[in-house]
Amino acid sequence: MKTLIKNGRVIDPANKIDSVCDVLIDSGVITEVGVNITANADETIDATGLLITPGLIDLHTHLRDPGQEYKEDIISGTRAAAAGGVTSLTCMPNTTPVNDCLAITKYIISRAKEEGSANVFPIASISKGMKGEILSEMGELKAGGCVGFSDDGVPVVSGELMRRAFEYADTFDMPILTHAEDLTLVAGGSMNDGPVATELGLKGIPWVAEDAATSREIMLAEFTGGRLHVCHVSTKGSVDLVRQGKARGVRVTCEATPHHFTLTDEAVRGYNTNAKMNPPLRSQEDVDAVRAGLADGTIDAIATDHAPHHYDEKNVEFAVAMNGIVGLESMLPLSLNLVEEGVITLNQAISLLTSQPAQIIGIDRGTLGVGAIADIALIDPALEWEFKAENLQSKSKNTPFSGWKMKGAAVKTILAGKTVYSR
Amino acid sequence: MSFNPKHILGIKNLTADEINFILDTADSFKEINTRQIKKVPTLRGKTIVNLFFEASTRTRTSFEIAGKRLSADTVNISASSSSVVKGETLEDTAQNIEAMHPDIIVMRHSASGACDYLAERLNCSIVNAGDGTHEHPSQALLDAFTIRQHKGDIKGLTVTIAGDVAHSRVVRSNIHCLNKLGANVRITGPKTMLPPGLEKLGCEVFSNLNDAITGADCIMMLRIQHERQGKTLIPSLREYSRFFGLNDENLKLAKKDAIVLHPGPINRGVELSSSVADGKQNVILDQVENGVAVRMALLYLVAGGEKLQDE
Ligand SMILES: [Zn+2]
Repeated sequence: MKTLIKNGRVIDPANKIDSVCDVLIDSGVITEVGVNITANADETIDATGLLITPGLIDLHTHLRDPGQEYKEDIISGTRAAAAGGVTSLTCMPNTTPVNDCLAITKYIISRAKEEGSANVFPIASISKGMKGEILSEMGELKAGGCVGFSDDGVPVVSGELMRRAFEYADTFDMPILTHAEDLTLVAGGSMNDGPVATELGLKGIPWVAEDAATSREIMLAEFTGGRLHVCHVSTKGSVDLVRQGKARGVRVTCEATPHHFTLTDEAVRGYNTNAKMNPPLRSQEDVDAVRAGLADGTIDAIATDHAPHHYDEKNVEFAVAMNGIVGLESMLPLSLNLVEEGVITLNQAISLLTSQPAQIIGIDRGTLGVGAIADIALIDPALEWEFKAENLQSKSKNTPFSGWKMKGAAVKTILAGKTVYSR
Repeated sequence: MSFNPKHILGIKNLTADEINFILDTADSFKEINTRQIKKVPTLRGKTIVNLFFEASTRTRTSFEIAGKRLSADTVNISASSSSVVKGETLEDTAQNIEAMHPDIIVMRHSASGACDYLAERLNCSIVNAGDGTHEHPSQALLDAFTIRQHKGDIKGLTVTIAGDVAHSRVVRSNIHCLNKLGANVRITGPKTMLPPGLEKLGCEVFSNLNDAITGADCIMMLRIQHERQGKTLIPSLREYSRFFGLNDENLKLAKKDAIVLHPGPINRGVELSSSVADGKQNVILDQVENGVAVRMALLYLVAGGEKLQDE
């Protein structure tokens, strides 16, 4: 089966390509990229006016499967990914039971292969049961297909265990992905500490809870020589710490979410539980710092922290509502908005969404090079549309962006040569 | 040359010539152990105290037999019967023993530096039988002796040491000894078990066992003491054996005639598969046998090393 995509603007940061040309796919693999390809294709797609980019890669999805399928499962989650132009994602291990063993890793991978609409690369837990006591069997988990380790949401408290985690993971050349948060400083807070929290009478989570933890993890990475990826940086301090760490040669990368570069804690007003997440929405100064980090290369990837929750888990008092929002279907337009606002270039945006995240977890995706697996997003950058929670592919509808006017969307998502989403 | 050290505290301060002299001396003692009557009068009238603050059946027995075969009077004092439990300090205990005029104290202690500490304070000779995770010279020497026995010259051999380097009692002495004798020393293990600075000690460090043993002449597997090291260093013994254990499969990566050493006691199915533990490439029992001869040599040299009587 041959598919020819014609006349699109190919943006392939991994190969430093940005030009209008054609892409030929044969049997799920990219076989030619060039001008005026003439081939007998079974299918020809006219991409005039569209961007042809590698399928997007999300380093931070909660698929909730196994165990919490009422929020999301592998089928619905990867369908949401496809609708957002995402062809590869990593899923976090805080499922029920926790992904800390080969059996669960294998379940996730095989189910995604059989029924999913995106490639799923599991992140296994750092510690067994995410209890922060005993390391997971990282060697075996890597052999089984995991691409990194994280106790996302339940950060490892013990400095000793975290040190060993870096050393042990590095033995197998694997990264530690950290949700940087000092839980003793969070102390029951439910939104960003600051004037809005004071006004609303909500207990705040101070920036130092994130900065202190980010600082420890960067120092441990520096000390052990291990590899660190800081998840969802949300504070000015965290961005600065990563920038300084990189300058010192620490093996550290980081990601930022669209909500942290788009919204401030003002969004919480009205006790909007769809603006409750962890880390919380921060101040304008923090948002500006995250944007600056994206612009100057301190931040390596844009990731969703897609965290589906049931309506009933959000339809409660703010303090007891679950943390997190869905993000797979809003990541692309919110990222393109940064281009629109002149914060980053289009090439930077695509690179933050494709080749750079691929590099962090060491997967052979995020490129349109000849011989690469044909995971492709066709993006209409000019398409104006209204983002509506009820139209989401995800089982959960917890988003603060419902009703927003968006510009830019994936109009076709191709997974190994097969169309998995069409708008 | 002649070499009559007051103490044997470690390998670090020995020269290659001194090490070879000890090994040559051990060679000449080895034959005694296979005689019908395994006893020579060399150390008749000398008193040796085996002062063991930590249990070690193997090392203590080996030193005791070594002393007895040289006709010394040997006395064993173990921690449980010593005054430690009554709150006596190390110096007081040792001074009380010295008041009885032993010639040599063979000492094992859980604290690194304990043997050096006593050597500075007592008049008798001290032979270190393992101080914490510092030195264990007699083990390193018997390993070198065993390698020499199977490989001839140690110079130029590639020796891979694998396992829990951080907590090993023997590995530092082995590194010094093998380096001084001209071997290429490779070290491997999970990074949680590799302390910093091994390169500075003259080792090549590998994070992957297969890479570390490829083309090796000798493989020295260290004992995993999961119960002692706490649970943070490795996830499980099962995973350890899969990625850091020696088995028939990965042993093929070493030279065809490679030998496998282990300081004992071995954990079958953990650092060594049973088939390797029972296989013909392992020389573990040779190590135990050679240990007696090496310790005879150490006691003999420390005691003054008069010309070996041959009857
Ligand atoms: Zn998180």
